[in-house]
Amino acid sequence: MNRARLQSLTLHAALVACALVVLGPFVWIALAGFKTQISLMLGEIAFTPMLDNFRELLFSSTSDYLANFRNSLIVAGASTVIVLVVSTLAAYSIERMGWPRWVVHLFLLGAAVFNAIPAITLVGAWYVMFRSLDMYNTYAAVILAHATLNLPIGIWLMATFIREVPRELEEAARIDGCGTLALLWRIIVPVVMPGLAATAILVFIHSWNEFVVALNLTAKQTATVPVAIAKYAQEHETKYGEMAAGALLSTLPALLLLFFGQRHIVRGLTAGAVK
Amino acid sequence: MRPEVATRRWMLAPALLLFAAVAVLPIAELVAMSLARIDWIQGKANWQYVGLSQYARVFGDPLFRAGAFNTLLFAAGAVLAQMVLGFALALMTTRITRGRVLYRTVFLLPILVPGIVIGAIWKLMYNFDFGVLNQMLGVFGLAPVDWLGNGATALLAVIVVDVWHWTPFVFLLMLAGLESLPTDVYEAARVDGATFWQELRHVTLPLMLPAIVVTLVFRLIVSVKVFDEIYLLTGGGPGTATEVVSYTIFRRFFTEGQTGYGSAMSVVVLFALALAFILARAVTRRREATT
Repeated sequence: MNRARLQSLTLHAALVACALVVLGPFVWIALAGFKTQISLMLGEIAFTPMLDNFRELLFSSTSDYLANFRNSLIVAGASTVIVLVVSTLAAYSIERMGWPRWVVHLFLLGAAVFNAIPAITLVGAWYVMFRSLDMYNTYAAVILAHATLNLPIGIWLMATFIREVPRELEEAARIDGCGTLALLWRIIVPVVMPGLAATAILVFIHSWNEFVVALNLTAKQTATVPVAIAKYAQEHETKYGEMAAGALLSTLPALLLLFFGQRHIVRGLTAGAVK
Repeated sequence: MRPEVATRRWMLAPALLLFAAVAVLPIAELVAMSLARIDWIQGKANWQYVGLSQYARVFGDPLFRAGAFNTLLFAAGAVLAQMVLGFALALMTTRITRGRVLYRTVFLLPILVPGIVIGAIWKLMYNFDFGVLNQMLGVFGLAPVDWLGNGATALLAVIVVDVWHWTPFVFLLMLAGLESLPTDVYEAARVDGATFWQELRHVTLPLMLPAIVVTLVFRLIVSVKVFDEIYLLTGGGPGTATEVVSYTIFRRFFTEGQTGYGSAMSVVVLFALALAFILARAVTRRREATT
């Protein structure tokens, strides 16, 4: 065997080992979701798969999981739409509309600093604020909080993508007497569509996964999936099987997006970090 | 006013409005609340002005001190491990020809999963009685370890979870960076007979430095925010072994209902991190300017 082949085999062996370390825990929790509490606690390797945990989770009268799933879809969907619209407008304004440089810098710096602040430091103020506005335990409160938390990343990404659009495209449209909004809608948006998709996927996932804000601004009716899963772990007698089943189902959107939109995810995560 | 000026203003307005109403206003509210003792009487807030005394209390709070210390330790340990592992993984991946996308797909998975789910997974795996880790120890005839319940291992156990969760993110950014490096410098290095380590030290690392710094800052920002995993895995315990500042704020503000005091703590953390971020940014900017 020659050297190059040996090297390639060693690398693949190492990478497969790492892939197993990454996948192992997912496989383990997936198996746990199909075990009974007793089988799980006995640590059985060979077991008969049961759907009881899923049945209990989805259809039992004591479980709100389906409602939690719907709540998460509403919150993540709405905050994604808000971030896309607001950040595209803002990004186009600061990138292409001739603001003095200091305004652009100040705006981007402000957004970056806000992005560095942990959400937990603001949650207390939001709680008091939304309580006094009678908005505690409403979708609107969580959606507003999630949209604002994700706005810096939205603006950052959209500004990066809009910067790449050739100016000639706009100039041609301007000469044809196109207004700014029409120009943005008909020329810019179609060109940055992949960028919009990347931003949308990232913001959706951030909101879907977000826990500390949802934990403190929602109650039973508006609780999102992460809040529900945490509850399974915190209850007096931890329901391990149901927690595993709930955890497994909560990764569905991520799996779907990974399957259909991997290119966009990679683009969104790496944009701006690497030239 | 020229029409473009009016247009660019209203286009920026929604973003500014959101930031003003949901970021700046709440921060102002936090500062106001931090100066008062607030008691909730039948859902009504009863404010009693106490000046700066609650700030003095924050710095003497043993839980806050432990939290600040552990947060720094957690961030430093986890991010360092992630950077080294992520970089090594990316370097290995660039050296194979087939299967890159497949590995990348697998490694992307943890990044996309809710932190609370990661916590749930590891809570089961670390379980003393039936967790897979202790089962493996049992196979080798070793005694089970109470990973999360033992003060000596708890913080390390939580760091391991974070490393597992976020090394893939570093990997992804490093891979993108490595793939975008010019190939001619490598050919030159080969011609000069550079060894692997020489090439790494004198070619790859210097070229990758900007991407490394950006990734490092990204990761540090997110890791000092750690909350979800701690909430689910240890609740800050045993004792204060895994107490982090986010958790201390949550405890004081929400669990104990100390609205004013919790606000003071939030203000301290918020401004400390904002300041640290601005300083880090200034330093990296200056380095970029001089090199």
